[in-house]
Amino acid sequence: MKIGIMVSEGPYNHQASDTAYLFARNAIEKGHSVPRVFFYHDGVNNSTKLTQPPQDDRNVVNRWSKLAEDHGVDLVVCVAAGMRRGITDEILAPGFRISGLGQLVEAGIQCDRLVTFGD
Amino acid sequence: MSDMMDDMDEGGEGVVKKFMFVNRKAPHGTIYALEGLEVVLVSAAFDQDVSLVFVDDGVYELIKGVNTKGIEVKDFSKTYRALEGYDVEKLYVEKASMDARGLTVEDLIVDVTVLDSTEMASLMAEQDVVISY
Repeated sequence: MKIGIMVSEGPYNHQASDTAYLFARNAIEKGHSVPRVFFYHDGVNNSTKLTQPPQDDRNVVNRWSKLAEDHGVDLVVCVAAGMRRGITDEILAPGFRISGLGQLVEAGIQCDRLVTFGD
Repeated sequence: MSDMMDDMDEGGEGVVKKFMFVNRKAPHGTIYALEGLEVVLVSAAFDQDVSLVFVDDGVYELIKGVNTKGIEVKDFSKTYRALEGYDVEKLYVEKASMDARGLTVEDLIVDVTVLDSTEMASLMAEQDVVISY
């Protein structure tokens, strides 16, 4: 099954990004495909390479980057939501790109399921 | 639509899916309602079959007489009245959410269909994509 994902909350403050990541990784391990993850609302804050979590904690941003590298997942950050929150191309972690809301709608159209994570 | 992944590349053109946006939050206090409205407009621009549902505090998004001066944020309630111009005409509110807040359709700025929870559930079951915030 082709599964699109939307993440609506930032890292660390909220579990949504962790759960979305674990869901995506496990779906891929079970043989499904996750062509795209769309980051919206405060979810855009998952994309900045400036984060420096403590060594003994998981690195939410790097985990997403690795998922993109290993499985070709398209990590899309909403341009309008990103601009509100200071997310620009200069600070994007590897694997992320900035684009429009059309990418979310397109994922909804082309995937078998669109699964959203957030409040 | 130029940067699609390879496996997102086939199909899509001309496909019309039923998109439902479930608005559950008050218009102000968080940004969900405002940014959610932006997705609604984009999905309409993609010629999708769009429905909007208002439940819980989401019914307050449609209330008359909003004045945001005191909290110094943008009042975007007019956008709901402009939805018709984007061919977004299916607006639903949940009866129990309205009742719990002492609201009737007379209190709202747009025409809506009132559904009970069972009707709402079957409408949701008909959808291809449900985006909730």
